[in-house]
Amino acid sequence: MLEIKNLHVDLEEEEKTILKGVDLKVEAGKVHAIMGPNGSGKSTLSYVLSGKDGYEVTDGTATLEGADLLEMEPEERAAAGLFLAFQYPVEIPGVGNMTFLRTALNSQLKARGEPEMSATDFLKMVRDKAKTLKIDADMLKRPVNVGFSGGEKKRNEILQMAVLEPKMCILDETDSGLDVDAMKLVAEGVNALRDQGRGFLVITHYQRLLDHIKPDVVHIMAEGRIVKTGGPELALEVENNGYADILAEVA
Amino acid sequence: MMALPQARQDATEARLAALTYPEGAAWVTAARNDALARLRAMGLPDRRDEYWKYTRPDTLVTAEPTEAALYDTSGEPELFGNVDRLKIVFVDGVFDEEASDNLTLEGASIERLADAGKADIHWAKDVYGVLETRGQTPVERPLATLNTAMATDGVLIHATGKVSKPIHFIYHHKSTTSDAILHHAIKLDEGADLTILESGPAAARFNKVMEVEVADNAGFHHVRKQGRDHERRAVTHIFARLGQESAFKSFTLTSNGVLTRNECVIELTGDDASAHVAGAAVGDGGFHHDDTVFITHDAERCESRQVFKKVLRNGATGVFQGKILVKEGAQKTDGYQISQSLLLDGDSQFLAKPELEIYADDVICSHGSTSGAIDEEGLFYLRARGIPHEKATDLLTIAFLAEAVDEVEDEGLRADIVSRLQGWLERRRG
Repeated sequence: MLEIKNLHVDLEEEEKTILKGVDLKVEAGKVHAIMGPNGSGKSTLSYVLSGKDGYEVTDGTATLEGADLLEMEPEERAAAGLFLAFQYPVEIPGVGNMTFLRTALNSQLKARGEPEMSATDFLKMVRDKAKTLKIDADMLKRPVNVGFSGGEKKRNEILQMAVLEPKMCILDETDSGLDVDAMKLVAEGVNALRDQGRGFLVITHYQRLLDHIKPDVVHIMAEGRIVKTGGPELALEVENNGYADILAEVA
Repeated sequence: MMALPQARQDATEARLAALTYPEGAAWVTAARNDALARLRAMGLPDRRDEYWKYTRPDTLVTAEPTEAALYDTSGEPELFGNVDRLKIVFVDGVFDEEASDNLTLEGASIERLADAGKADIHWAKDVYGVLETRGQTPVERPLATLNTAMATDGVLIHATGKVSKPIHFIYHHKSTTSDAILHHAIKLDEGADLTILESGPAAARFNKVMEVEVADNAGFHHVRKQGRDHERRAVTHIFARLGQESAFKSFTLTSNGVLTRNECVIELTGDDASAHVAGAAVGDGGFHHDDTVFITHDAERCESRQVFKKVLRNGATGVFQGKILVKEGAQKTDGYQISQSLLLDGDSQFLAKPELEIYADDVICSHGSTSGAIDEEGLFYLRARGIPHEKATDLLTIAFLAEAVDEVEDEGLRADIVSRLQGWLERRRG
């Protein structure tokens, strides 16, 4: 599904290297988690994969089902099936949530040469999916993320994911700012999609989210590299002992 | 009074000499003579005028006709075409009886200015030139005075109750050198309700005044789309006086035109009245758009709102001069003013002069003015969801204008305005 090889990334504005050779392969239907201390490059990885400005790839490749992601515009990556659930979802005053969702879905369908969805079918589909995420009609009507609480913003990200049905989802600290109930809702949303053979890369600081979304593989990232890879037990080790032991071990 | 500089006197006389002084009955001739005398005392504006600091009045003042190529809009759906309305059509500033609807409407009497001259006594004598005169202090607006003196056509509307449907002024532009001066006078009786729609480029050069007397508990709604012939020039004035618990709402969409100056002068003279003036302007290239607003609070508990948004690119210029004057005794005034521009490139500019002058001690007045580029974070967010760059830019642009466009209360009219904006954005791609 997603394959990253030897990825090196600099910040464009300053002479600073953030990623120093990341190798990662996420298979269809699998959940990979990335954990790591602050500043290890986790969010940078998610931004580079989704095509945000401000980063320069100096070496390496990233492909989605064999297609070169790094050559594509952000909207092309989305249409190809990549989705980033933002750590800080952006507020967009003046654009209604429904208009946004429908424009996004139809843009992707169009880019893939598939027929656009009718307004009626779309409305029904979104209402059903919103209901399972406990997103009410008012939130759908309001401008994108404006006046949403932290938890509402994160649930709105998962709603977008459910509506757009991407092949490969990156969740960037989706658990931050969520209470236990909200986290369960988010996890249910993720698990429903996972069963359909989609790939997940879950970036998190805590074991908590991984109680609900059971990862197949856990990676530890430090100083721009993946320094250790293991099973779910690795996340528990971090939870109990912190990163110090692991980092000392690989240093 | 200080004598006018010779150059200014000459320019004013030259402009007057190029126009024909209209014939009319006693009441309107009296108003015109008065305006002519006032105009000669103040002279037409020139570039040294403080009030014209950001917009050069030369081409609006000059005696020579200015040229404007015609813009072909055939094949486009008619604006407000789905609205049941009474149409009054002008071609290059001349009433077109053939193309207009019959001027009878429940709740209102409608007359051509050119016809209303028959009787010596007319209700319009208390409006025509009267509100314009009141609007000359503290700032002179000579182009409006020129209009009162020289307007040959226009419409007089007396609304006595709830007017059964909107009245739509349609201004066609067919001559590349037309120089049109129109003057409308509108009076709303107590409790009356009237909607005026306006659309079209009107003329190569257009000078229009609309005076609106709004009595107690009356409601006046105005939605205007200024035609987009690229080279047309327009100076327009709205003068309104508001009675107790009355409401005034005006929205203007401007796309293109080489020069537009829209002045709006409102006096809140009855307690608990409200006045909303809003504008959305989109332009590129030689586009110069100026909104000049002056709202005077002279009664208690009145509310006023000014919302002006401009999208500028390829070296376009936007101007906003907006003032809220709160007179002594106008307690509990609630005044709001916002002017913002979205600059789509580094060549465009926005010049804003917001002013508050307050002589009452128990008021809320806020104002703000900003200029900015498109929000990059928002743009990336939309693109990351699959929305192509241009479409995402359009969405954010429409969103930027929303606060102004939302001032149009009627959903159908608002949808028409939004679709025009989308059309403008789409035509400018590539």
